[in-house]
Parts: sequence; structure tokens; C-alpha cells
Amino acid sequence: MSNLFHLALRSAWNRRLTLALIVAAISLSVVMLLGVERARIAARDAFSQAVSGTDLVVGARTSPVQLVLYAVFHLGEATNNMRWKSYLAIAADPEVAWTIPISLGDSHHGYPTLGTSPDFFGHFKYGRSQPLAVVSGRAFAGVFEAVLGAEVAGDLGYHLGDRIVLTHGAGGIGSIEHADKPFTVVGILGRTGTPVDRTVLVDLASIEAIHLGWQGGAPVPGLAIPPEYVRKFDLTPKTITAMLVGLKHRGMVFRVQRRVNEFPDEPLMAVLPGVALDQLWQVVGIVEKTLLAVSALVAVVGIAGMAAAVLASLNERRRELAILRSVGAGPRHIVALLGIEALLVTGAGAAAGVALLLALSVVLAPVLESRYGLSLAAAAWSTNESLLLAAVVAAGIAAGLLPAYRACRLALADGLTPRI
Amino acid sequence: MATDLLLEACDVSFRWPRAPTPTVETGRFAIAREERIFLYGPSGSGKSTLLGLLGGVLVPQSGTIRMLGRELASMTPAGRDAFRVDHIGFIFQQFNLIPYLSLTDNVLLPCRFSRRRRERAIGPGGALEAEAARLLLELDLPAALHARDVTRLSVGQQQRVAAARALIGRPELVIADEPTSSLDAERQQGFIDLLLAECAASGAALLFVSHDRRLATHFTREVSMDALNHAGIAREEAA
Repeated sequence: MSNLFHLALRSAWNRRLTLALIVAAISLSVVMLLGVERARIAARDAFSQAVSGTDLVVGARTSPVQLVLYAVFHLGEATNNMRWKSYLAIAADPEVAWTIPISLGDSHHGYPTLGTSPDFFGHFKYGRSQPLAVVSGRAFAGVFEAVLGAEVAGDLGYHLGDRIVLTHGAGGIGSIEHADKPFTVVGILGRTGTPVDRTVLVDLASIEAIHLGWQGGAPVPGLAIPPEYVRKFDLTPKTITAMLVGLKHRGMVFRVQRRVNEFPDEPLMAVLPGVALDQLWQVVGIVEKTLLAVSALVAVVGIAGMAAAVLASLNERRRELAILRSVGAGPRHIVALLGIEALLVTGAGAAAGVALLLALSVVLAPVLESRYGLSLAAAAWSTNESLLLAAVVAAGIAAGLLPAYRACRLALADGLTPRI
Repeated sequence: MATDLLLEACDVSFRWPRAPTPTVETGRFAIAREERIFLYGPSGSGKSTLLGLLGGVLVPQSGTIRMLGRELASMTPAGRDAFRVDHIGFIFQQFNLIPYLSLTDNVLLPCRFSRRRRERAIGPGGALEAEAARLLLELDLPAALHARDVTRLSVGQQQRVAAARALIGRPELVIADEPTSSLDAERQQGFIDLLLAECAASGAALLFVSHDRRLATHFTREVSMDALNHAGIAREEAA
């Protein structure tokens, strides 16, 4: 067998240019396959770590997925708001430890504006119960002060003291700007890898202030109130979009959930963020499965290329096979010879792919971490990845058996005198 | 004489799949030990098929081929493969060598597949590479070439490497299938003389196949394919 291995190695070396290209194709498909798998896991982690420590998300009745989508990811629009009175009532529940109000509806250059209370900085947690960190400046303390998520500040190049203008609604053509009431950037948050990075945080009172004199989503003509007078008005909100609730004891979560769901004054709904996130991920999961399927197909293409190249070379190798037959090689030796070659090529492709992936992870990890909040832990080698890799090598050997079978047929038909 | 018998084919008939008539049909054909036979026949006379049968690559539909007292058809295919390399060395018309191996590695190929050839090549206290080098030197291939790739050799040099491969480990029979047809006329006789001498030195019988009857000097016996193979005659008579 070691003799055959030596022969296979020399034979492969003789065709090294062709085989090197195949090895490159297989290694790239391995990079893609494992890269997608890693990105998938990193994305899922980032997704499930968008919110942490929050026991319930409360809002007007809608689907749980939709509630989480706008309350946690600040995406989409709430169909209904909840009353501020209801917020206060739930916050007063004896089981409730803390609450964070969430009021959406405005934006800045496409980044959503989140109206909330200073409690957001104290109670909001993400990832593995990590708190938010204001890396420069401070939390907002009054009207017309804004704290920027890391991505907002980074992409738009804002610094402390800059003045920004919010846009009514999600932005786009025909949107009205709150140009008369600009905000001052007072703080910038550290990178979290969560939707908070893409958010402009302001006080609830500021949301009320910029909409003074507005009715039905548009300013009432002739009713413009200059910013210096807004403090004369009651800036307590009438409604908010949703709220995050932290409990004193997690065990009470279902009891509090029921209490919210049966809230007498208005129809409300409380969802467990973990459950809703799972449901939401199942929707997103189709994309991830498609990506994985596409990369599996790429791997199949790479391996089929190998089988095709080996098959194409067989005619040139008929003399070689006849010589080997004359010195005692049987069909099993020829199968072994080509099988070893397939193993060598796919093995080398898989190894090169893994090496390339690890190198890429090391190089790209800081970029991915800071720009997209995806953490590709280089050390975390999952069983899934081993299985994928094993599947690639197994498919490579299986594909190698096709030319091996053909070579056997040729060798048996040719005997000692190849007909070329 | 019985102990001198190396190979014996009796009433062998072989028909290729999908062929209407047999390609080879023999009476009795025997090779004694150390015999040097010149097998003459034009192309298309069934020579290659006959060599495939003698080498155990093909199995006849009827008749027997016995070598060293063993019937080839009674062995398993793997057994025939092993038996072939143990007892027979082959030289083909051209492209005899594996292009990605050195001269030495090409010569040692039979020893990679046959323990018997390996042990006989090493001999008492010898070394495999030394035996390959000795044979190559005897066949006028200087030591400077031995580690080189075979692709740079002339056709004549390649045929001599093939001869060294056929002879290493002293098989009982060397089968040479038109080994000189790609050589210049003046080099043909030189190659045959060298081959005959080396076969005699290692005690191997030689079955030399050619369509060129002028080369049939220095052989102990000349056999015509027409006389050996009745298949062609039968075909001509039928036509």
C-alpha cells in the first residue's frame, strides 16, 4: 500500500498544475462552506444576544414576532401604540423591577430614533448580560440631547457637540424634517453588535417636544413653537410604542405576562423575548439554509471538477495502466491508486481551505467584530464544521471512485496493449 | 524434458466479447526453460491476444495454459496478477515507461508488486537499488542517468530501461512484444543481442515477438503465428 501511495504521489506531482487548480477550487469551496457556517452561527449569536436580561416585551396587541421586530430591532412600524398610563401601571406592578419605555417613529439618515428614558442606560443589557457603555460624553439628561449608537457615529462621522436634525418617519422622499429643533450629540455608545449601534437615543420628552404643534403626522400651519419655549409645555408622552420589562424574580414571568395580557384598560400583549426571537430566527433561517445549500452546491461543483479532470486524464494514462498491469497491478491496485489520488486532492483542498479560513478569520475578525458585530471566534471549532469537512472529503473520495471504476474498465479491456 | 517445461498452452481458444469468431485458436505450444523463441507474425495475426493469454490478463474460453505446472485459469484474477509479476517480465513496443518515475524507480516497479522478484533482485546480502543500477549499467545506461526522469531518454535508451525492468528479480520468462520496431535498423540487432545475452545471464526464457523476420537470428527456435494460430486459417477458409 505504501508503494501505491508513493506511486500516487509521484503521479499526482506529475500533473501538479491541473491538480493544484482543483485543490484551489476545493479549498475555496471549503472556505465558503465553513465560512457560511461560521457566519451563520455568529449571526445567530448576535441575533439572540440583541437583548438580554429583559423578561418581557410589552406593546399593543400584534404578533409576537412583529412586537419584537420593532421593540428590539427598531424595524418596521407599530400598528398601535400603548398609553403612557398603561406604562405607568405596569411599572408599578409589585413584581416589576424596572421598565424601559420605547418610542419609535423618527429617524436620522435612515437610522431609527429611539425615544426612551435614562433608565435605558442603566437597565438595558445585551449579549451575556453586558451593560451599555457610553464611551465618550454622557447619557442624555434633557430635551434636544442625543446619544448615538456606535455605527451611527462612525458612519456619519459625528463627534460630541455636533448638531443633528431628526426626520419624521423612517426618512425618504417627502419626509418632513424637524429642522426647527436640532439635537446636540452628548454621548456616543460603545460597539455592541446589536441594533442599538444603529440607533439615535433621545429622551421621551424630546420626542414630545419636536412634535409640539403637530397633528396627524404633520405640522399644523402657523403653530410652530420655537425650541426655547418647549419647556413651558407638559412634555409627558401620551403614548409610547412598547416597553421592556425586568422582573424581580424570573419565576413570575408567566404570572406577569398573564396580567399584562388581561390588562383591563386597553388590549396589551406581553411576550418573552427569547421565544419571539426564536420564532423570528425561524423566518430568517430560510435565508441561512439557502446560503448553506448554495455553498454545499459550490463544494459539489469543486468535487465534480476534480472527477471530470481525472476522468479526462484517463485516456492519456492508459499506457501507464497497461504498464502497471504488466508488473502485477490488478483492478484493486488501480482503484486504490485513483482513490488515493482523490483522497490526496480533496484532503489537500480541505486542509488548504481550513488554513485559509483560519487566516481569514484572524485577519477579518476585528473588522467583522467592529463593523458588523459578528464575533468569529477562531478557536471555536464546532462539531458541525467537522461534519461538513468530513462530508467534503467523503464526497471527494466517492467522486474519485467514478474515474477509478472507469480506469478499471479500461485496464481490464486493454490488458497489456492499450488501443489508443 | 518434463522438468525443463516452463509454459504449455493446449488447444487454447479465445474469442473477444462481441467478436463473431475466435481471435486465437492454438494446438499445443510450449516454451522450455531458457529457450529463446522468435514468434513471427504480421500485425492482426492475434499476437497481442496470445500474449495477453500467456500473461494471464486474458482467460481463454477453452483449452489450458499451464506455467510452472500451474493452470492459469484455475487462479483468481488477483492470483493471476501476482503470478504474472512473479514469473514474467514484459517489454512492449514503445512507451514502456512510467513518465513520472526515475530510471531506477521504473526498473524497480515489478519489485514493488512482487515479493519474489524483490527477494531475487536483492539476492544474498545485496540491495535493491544496487541490482537496478547493475542491470542498467549492463544495458549501457550510465549511472549519471539513473536518478533522472525517463522522459529525456532516447527511444533506444527507453527500451533498454524496459529490458532492465523485465529482467530484474530474474523472472523465468521475458515476453518482448515488438520491442525493436521503434528503433533504427542498425540499433535493432544491437538491442536483440543485448537482450539475448541478459536473458541467458539471468536464466530467463525469451519469447520475442516481431513482424520482421530478418531479426530471427540467434534464437533457438522460430515459430510462425500462422502455424500456431489456427483461427486465422479457419477464417480464411470460411471466407
